[in-house]
Amino acid sequence: MNDHTPNSLRAWPDARGRFGEFGGRYVAETLMPLILELESAYRASKSDPEFQKELDYYLTHYVGRPSPLWHAQRLSAHLGGAKIYFKREELNHTGAHKINNCVGQILLARRMGKTRIIAETGAGQHGVATATVCALFGLPCTVYMGATDVERQQPNVFRMKLLGAEVVPVKSGAGTLKDAMNDALRDWVANVHDTFYIIGTAAGPHPYPELVRDFQTIIGTEAREQLMQAEGRLPDIAIASVGGGSNAIGLFHTFLDEPNVRLIGVEAAGKGMHSHEHAASLNMGRPGVLHGNRTYLLQDDDGQIQEAHSISAGLDYPGIGPEHSWLHDIKRVEYVGITDSEALEAFQLCARTEGIIPALECAHALAHISKIAPEMGKEQIILLNLSGRGDKDIFTVAKHLGTSL
Amino acid sequence: MSRIAGVFAGLRKEGRGALIPFVEAFDPDRATSLALLQGMAANGADIIEIGMPFTDPMADGPTIQAAGLRGLKAGATLRGVLGLVREFRATDSHTPLVLMGYLNPILSYGVPQFCVDAAQAGVDGLIIVDLPPEEADLILDDAKANALDIIRLIAPTTSDARLKQVLEGSSGFVYYVSITGITGTRTASAADLARDIPRLRAATDLPIAVGFGVRTPEQAATVVAHADAAIVASALIDTLCKESKEAVLRDVRALADGVRGVRKQAA
Ligand SMILES: Cc1ncc(COP(=O)(O)O)c(C=O)c1O
Repeated sequence: MNDHTPNSLRAWPDARGRFGEFGGRYVAETLMPLILELESAYRASKSDPEFQKELDYYLTHYVGRPSPLWHAQRLSAHLGGAKIYFKREELNHTGAHKINNCVGQILLARRMGKTRIIAETGAGQHGVATATVCALFGLPCTVYMGATDVERQQPNVFRMKLLGAEVVPVKSGAGTLKDAMNDALRDWVANVHDTFYIIGTAAGPHPYPELVRDFQTIIGTEAREQLMQAEGRLPDIAIASVGGGSNAIGLFHTFLDEPNVRLIGVEAAGKGMHSHEHAASLNMGRPGVLHGNRTYLLQDDDGQIQEAHSISAGLDYPGIGPEHSWLHDIKRVEYVGITDSEALEAFQLCARTEGIIPALECAHALAHISKIAPEMGKEQIILLNLSGRGDKDIFTVAKHLGTSL
Repeated sequence: MSRIAGVFAGLRKEGRGALIPFVEAFDPDRATSLALLQGMAANGADIIEIGMPFTDPMADGPTIQAAGLRGLKAGATLRGVLGLVREFRATDSHTPLVLMGYLNPILSYGVPQFCVDAAQAGVDGLIIVDLPPEEADLILDDAKANALDIIRLIAPTTSDARLKQVLEGSSGFVYYVSITGITGTRTASAADLARDIPRLRAATDLPIAVGFGVRTPEQAATVVAHADAAIVASALIDTLCKESKEAVLRDVRALADGVRGVRKQAA
């Protein structure tokens, strides 16, 4: 089962799928047998060298791994402090880290004999990545996407359709990621016999948070090696944006037992932490249960889930993966907030100094280093996960800058 | 004997199954819910299930989800739902009430306090949809201490090995989800039930209620020919939406007559 050694922060979750008191399997009985089946299939593949070999093949030749580590010299010079490195996940096929997880999960689905794939998506990055691997393996794909997100991420909706996926706009709630996830879970319950649900972030019922993390840890593992080659040492700070938390945990996991590496997760503070229009579940929420796991949530006094807000659809979720809740409580990772307008500034700064248009999600992490890098020494190193490219966001950004395309 | 056990014991003597209609609390307002509870009890409901509104009812179909959102809009809170139960209990001390909902509002209320307050208000059992046996230790002791039945869902996908685990710690009755799917979408056939119910019978002495997709008096009659109770939810919510609370009570009467038309072999 689980080689759970409590003296390592990298050995979680425990046998009940918990990270400390977070995580678990809070699902209806109709889903429980599936979750258990998925877990045993995942355990089997995790220890099967053939599975690993197959995964490596697709990651190398299809996704284009390893992704480069880039010394962002002009941005570093502009900020005038720490040496900044980007882990270039935006150069992966489909333009974000999401594909790492999708390749892993679809290989698992094939092993389990599933013939139909469903997914939820916020920004559309995960939907595009899922539609992509479905096209690659010739499996039908249905993507649930909040109606609001369908509106603000039109390019990705069109991409998914080009790739042969059916995109179902979800009108319930505010029509964002949370609502899309509800409907994907409903579809799964109704179609258990042939359907595999590819969850897009390190959240949901156990084993998803563990499984998605494992498929994303390649980000940190590669970056660590690349940085050792370039600098001969570990970073002082590793930083990533957190929506559900997959790109962040993918970067952080390799460093959890390295006390000298400071880890920072950046939440979307939307229109401000105290505006009630943000997605800062760790900073402003409290623990509860949603979508199968116990974790920090934005909720009212009665335990009703509140709508999140962020300029970035990929961060617009009122929950967070359970491992982050635990890392927050034990204070191993610091979680900070960045507002919409700070992210917009950083988005433009990165484009102009590095010639890289970043996704609005990771623009949040860029905005935070704009605050802390100037205070740091020139010999210090920041490793930032550039989780995706910003082509999908140009319409949103143009609108905010008052330009019509 | 608990109220729920008492009802099923009485029905066994009568030789018929139970009708369990559903009311989403505060849909579309508190007064309607109270009138429905009272009217259902007067029109042949043997037990009543009350939905506790939640923003994200991931195991429910669009009908119950929409009803829950209307309830929340009308100001439903967990405290409010318990208040509704208390008011119903003031004039009806015999009809068992079962609350159905999701874990988060209960966690937010505080599990021990919720169990105390629910029992005091007159709740008899709890169906917490997203609390499988694997996580149930967080409420079992408090529920037991307050004599609240924990009623569990069992699905067609629940294996025999798992069935044992689900039944352990279940009380009151078991809730058989007759189809794989969400509430109110499809209906199980007589053949499905003839195949599935004996499997449950062999594993438990608890009464078996069947829900998800039961809509008409005929379907309710089919259900109680095999099981001990028929749960009807989405169909009644649809009627409330399209017609009126009087129409709901008319349907409950017809469902109750349907259930009463079926004599069971003495068990
Ligand atoms: C580029 C990019 N970064 C980050 C995220 C946030 O998700 P997560 O926190 O799972 O990495 C998304 C989600 O859509 C994304 O597209």
